[in-house]
Amino acid sequence: MTTKRATPRIEVVGVQKVFRSRDGREVVQALRDINLEIFDGEFICILGPSGCGKSTLLNAIAGFSRPTAGRLVANGRVVTAPGPDRAMVFQEYALFPWMTVWDNVAFGLQLACKPKAEIRAKVDALLAKLALTDFRDRFPKDLSGGMKQRVAIARCLALDSPTLLMDEPFGALDALTRRSLQDELLRIWQDFRRTIVFVTHGIDESIYIADRIIVMTYRPGTIKQIVPITLPRPRDPSSPEFNAIERELTRLVMEEQLRHQKDEARATAGH
Amino acid sequence: MNSVTANPSAQTPATTDATAVAASNAQQPPAVATARVSLPWQNAPAKLAQSLAVPLLMLLLWQFISDPRVKEWPLLKHHPALIARLPSAQILPPPTQVLRKWIEYSEPTQPYSAEQGSYVRWLFSGELWDDAFASLQRVVVGFIIGAGLALPLGLFMGASDTVYRFFNPLLQVLRPIPPIAYIPLSILWFGLGNKPAWFLISLGAFFPVLVNTISGVRNVDGIFLRAARNLGARGFTLFWRVILPAATPYILTGARVGIGVAFICVIVAEMVATNNGLGWRITEAREFFWSDKIIAGMISIGLLGLGLDTLMDRLNSYLLRWHRGADAGANN
Ligand SMILES: Nc1ncnc2c1ncn2[C@@H]1O[C@H](COP(=O)(O)OP(=O)(O)OP(=O)(O)O)[C@@H](O)[C@H]1O
Ligand SMILES: [Mg+2]
Repeated sequence: MTTKRATPRIEVVGVQKVFRSRDGREVVQALRDINLEIFDGEFICILGPSGCGKSTLLNAIAGFSRPTAGRLVANGRVVTAPGPDRAMVFQEYALFPWMTVWDNVAFGLQLACKPKAEIRAKVDALLAKLALTDFRDRFPKDLSGGMKQRVAIARCLALDSPTLLMDEPFGALDALTRRSLQDELLRIWQDFRRTIVFVTHGIDESIYIADRIIVMTYRPGTIKQIVPITLPRPRDPSSPEFNAIERELTRLVMEEQLRHQKDEARATAGH
Repeated sequence: MNSVTANPSAQTPATTDATAVAASNAQQPPAVATARVSLPWQNAPAKLAQSLAVPLLMLLLWQFISDPRVKEWPLLKHHPALIARLPSAQILPPPTQVLRKWIEYSEPTQPYSAEQGSYVRWLFSGELWDDAFASLQRVVVGFIIGAGLALPLGLFMGASDTVYRFFNPLLQVLRPIPPIAYIPLSILWFGLGNKPAWFLISLGAFFPVLVNTISGVRNVDGIFLRAARNLGARGFTLFWRVILPAATPYILTGARVGIGVAFICVIVAEMVATNNGLGWRITEAREFFWSDKIIAGMISIGLLGLGLDTLMDRLNSYLLRWHRGADAGANN
């Protein structure tokens, strides 16, 4: 992992993001002073309580919303627009409801003008891998939340992009499916040397999969601490080392959670 | 089905067996919860009776007040004041007479002879079919022109703020003018016949389709655009595969309203500018005081309108089979 650390794949320099309501009165500072270097082939988890700005950071890297200040570089270029070199799994799935499962997964490949036979082979293989073959001709409205999430993951993986941005991709899955997909994702990551930025609020999930965990603070969203995980893979969630890290991370996240609750209590009292 | 008849705990009365067998012959999907939920085909006759009750009652009442034979009834015969208040058959013909007229109106005028062409053609050679076809043709042509112009313009106006700013003021000025108000101008411009009718009908269809298309494009959920651009969609592909399908629910609503307005317009246009079609026929019938034919014509208009609406409905649920709101029966 430490061999090629010369040029980071993703560079986040002094990024700020401020949301302003229409009339400009309410201001939410979602991100402040984010500095981060993500290296080729790294598996990064962003961890933090709900509302701390995880999606905002991922959206900025994906190129959906320009940061208020700061600079973002991905795959050697300054981020100005979204593109298939940073395939994203959205927290809201964002499947196209008018396309069947198969078409949703194939869409990105069709846009890249891949040959038909290649698209078919690849989509069929992905659907089989994610246990969606029986639903290939269904529309998203007929799928359960977990299935939709799997389609979103398949759609993202189909692109073969060097960087994967995943916003709580396993959030709606049951524990067993989640674990098997985590393993599958780790396999894909290792086999194809992808760089993955993975947003989650599952502490054990982040320890199970990540090389480094970015713990964020709540309002403004800053980087509280970066925790490298050096346990050898496959990791054993019941091992004492794993548990020690989990305790430490829980403490860090809880601090933010409590601050958040106190903030809210103060806000409601002030009104 | 077996679960219905074989399961002793299901408290279905013995009489259900017959219906259950009949139902399984009709290849109904197996019913699971039968104990408390009543089966849909069990109360179908009751539902049918409920929905027929009011129309039948109205028909009976209508027949009663308009039938000349009723005036001969012993109970009424000696109350001339009461009889005088009932409408004459000239003003309000009884439904039986209307039905007779309607059949006459739809029947072929000539007896069948083989050299005239096929039997089916002869069967539909009556006045009614000519009129209905003429009206239908006008609605379809007018609608295609109106919607065909409104759809691309609406897509452009929805997608581009510049195009929107160029066209919107003019459209806001023109939109409140009811299509009917264009009648004098349309006759002045196009004379009589199909052309002014097409013009009016396309005007009627134009605005509903346009307005809905614009808001359809403008209301495309941002998340779809983000996902599509993330997958690499740009320009025309983004438009064709994402924006257009996302806007179809709106566009189809517009089309449905549009065809309704077009249908109003065709009748009005025929009343003033043509010499065939259902709208013209009922105006003609008035000149001869044929109230039965007027009503028969009106019923025909209603049936044609119903047919068009049903067709649009089918098209709707086919094109929107992916849509959450689309009816649940269409998902197989
Ligand atoms: N478009 C927006 N306009 C205004 N405020 C926003 C907007 N998007 C996000 N925010 C605010 O920015 C903060 C961070 O939001 P974000 O969606 O990044 O949180 P998150 O960490 O992804 O939370 P979750 O785990 O619940 O998904 C929140 O307080 C939210 O209210
Ligand atoms: Mg989020």
